Amino acid sequence: MTEAATAPIVTLEGVSVAYGRNAVLRDVTASFPAGAVGLLGPNGAGKSTMIKSLLGFIAPERGRMRVLGLDVAEQPLEIRARIGYVPESDAHIPGMNAVSFVAYCGELSGLPRADAVQRSHEVLFYVGLGEARYRNVETYSTGMKQRLKLAQALVHDPDLLLLDEPTNGMDPKGRDEMLALVHDLGHNKGVNLILSSHLLPDVEFACDHVVVLSGGVVATAGPIDALKQPRGQVFELRVKTPPGELESFVSRLRAGGLDCYATEDDVMRVFVPGEGGARELFAAAAAARVQVRHLRPSMPTLEDVFAQAVGED
Amino acid sequence: MPIHDQSYRRYGGGRVPRGRAWTVIMSAGLRGCFRKRAFVALLLLSWLPFLVRTVQLYAAANFPQMALFAPTPETFRQFLDQQSTFVFFVTVFAGAGLVANDRRANALQIYLSKPMTRAEYVFGKFAVLAILLLMVTWLPAMMLLVVQMVFSGSTAFLGRNLYLVPAITLLSLIEAVMVSAAMLALSSLSRNGRFVGILYAGLIFFTDALSGVLRVVTRDTGLAWVSFSNDLAQLGDAIFRIPLRYAMPWPVALVMVLVLVAASAAVLERRVRGVEVVS
Repeated sequence: MTEAATAPIVTLEGVSVAYGRNAVLRDVTASFPAGAVGLLGPNGAGKSTMIKSLLGFIAPERGRMRVLGLDVAEQPLEIRARIGYVPESDAHIPGMNAVSFVAYCGELSGLPRADAVQRSHEVLFYVGLGEARYRNVETYSTGMKQRLKLAQALVHDPDLLLLDEPTNGMDPKGRDEMLALVHDLGHNKGVNLILSSHLLPDVEFACDHVVVLSGGVVATAGPIDALKQPRGQVFELRVKTPPGELESFVSRLRAGGLDCYATEDDVMRVFVPGEGGARELFAAAAAARVQVRHLRPSMPTLEDVFAQAVGED
Repeated sequence: MPIHDQSYRRYGGGRVPRGRAWTVIMSAGLRGCFRKRAFVALLLLSWLPFLVRTVQLYAAANFPQMALFAPTPETFRQFLDQQSTFVFFVTVFAGAGLVANDRRANALQIYLSKPMTRAEYVFGKFAVLAILLLMVTWLPAMMLLVVQMVFSGSTAFLGRNLYLVPAITLLSLIEAVMVSAAMLALSSLSRNGRFVGILYAGLIFFTDALSGVLRVVTRDTGLAWVSFSNDLAQLGDAIFRIPLRYAMPWPVALVMVLVLVAASAAVLERRVRGVEVVS
């Protein structure tokens, strides 16, 4: 692999961003490799702020950012010519149909008019809006608007796509189709992308690498497969405790170095580091006089990585 | 096997040099205006005084008994004064939504994620309105000069009043710049174009009314500079070398116009951003 291929496409060095007194990014140092990278974090973690900083919309108080080898502070226009941005909120240019809108965006990005119109048709077909491309964009559904935002970001053939929550407001089928597009772009079409999302399955499906943000700092980062490698064992655990004593049991587990968090199904996922395995869990349950009703070994998921990284309960 | 791949393809064509995004914005803005029938009707209506003046020039050139209507430099000054009404309506119709509609649709982040500066965006929008206003002022006034030459079959009038060409151009440009800048700034303050239109009308009518009240109270027109319409009229008189209509020096009117343009630029600098931060 060449050096260019392995070089990070985005780097942040000690970047701090604040809105007034509210610090959003705190001394963030991170690098995003080429390919499809997920920017994962709970709401308010600073994902959108990071993307807007990379676009040059927000000037950081401190730190340095480079995109595609270019300094964001010094060459913002050169960077924007090579990136496509899918904003989180609904965004379009009023009074245009999809073809005009996407072609207009292409022209604004430097494409000659004829090429912009041709590319507009192509990308609208690609994102699945071919049949609706002559409709006024203000009549589009939320899902169609998300596809349209992707089309306007693609029309000038960017080297890097910044997607901010691209599946927001989409129905399950539309969401799957959007993720398939993102996956295709990142894996088959040679477009580098950063997918910002708080939805772990989205990132796990579409990306190979992940950067997890929490509270304005990078909680963890790396290839998703490597992060999911077990450094211990994961168990699904359900227990019966006297009323009100579940919390103390969880505290006891944590005090013993066993990380655990609740899932939606009344089942805890417990990380047991080292080789102790189920034996440690049973010992902890016995010591706390708690009945183990369900114990099953499980495979680590990105959700586990995320929960461990951000310390989710 | 498909004979044509409709999938995503990389682009291998050329790119236009940077710095021309404002022309794209301007062209799209003008196309958008001319697609609206109501706006085209308004534009045609704004040329009605031109038709009337054309008849006047024709009559003066061809019928000796109509020599009373022969053109003078003041004819052109009056013509530009008459066009102020249409300038107002074109400004409200075409200008109110220029930035407001983009803010309503969150389009600023789309624009500014492209390789263009905020200044290019503002200048592109500014150019839309300025060009439309020049089509209501400068273009018909210059056409009148041409019509006068054609009907009289001589360039004597123009030769005697050659300053009319720069005078018409300068006054039309000052009006277009001042009005476009003010409307653009107001448009950036709201997400609602109609509200912006009302705000603009309020600004014009309020300052006019204030000027009228001050004239009654002081029995003098020395404070007429509070009205931007008066400032423009005073500058127009100075540029056309005719007696000033208000008892204030024309440089005061010029300063007021410059202050308005500077204030508008400051508002736009603050309001046209890719991200809105409330801190």
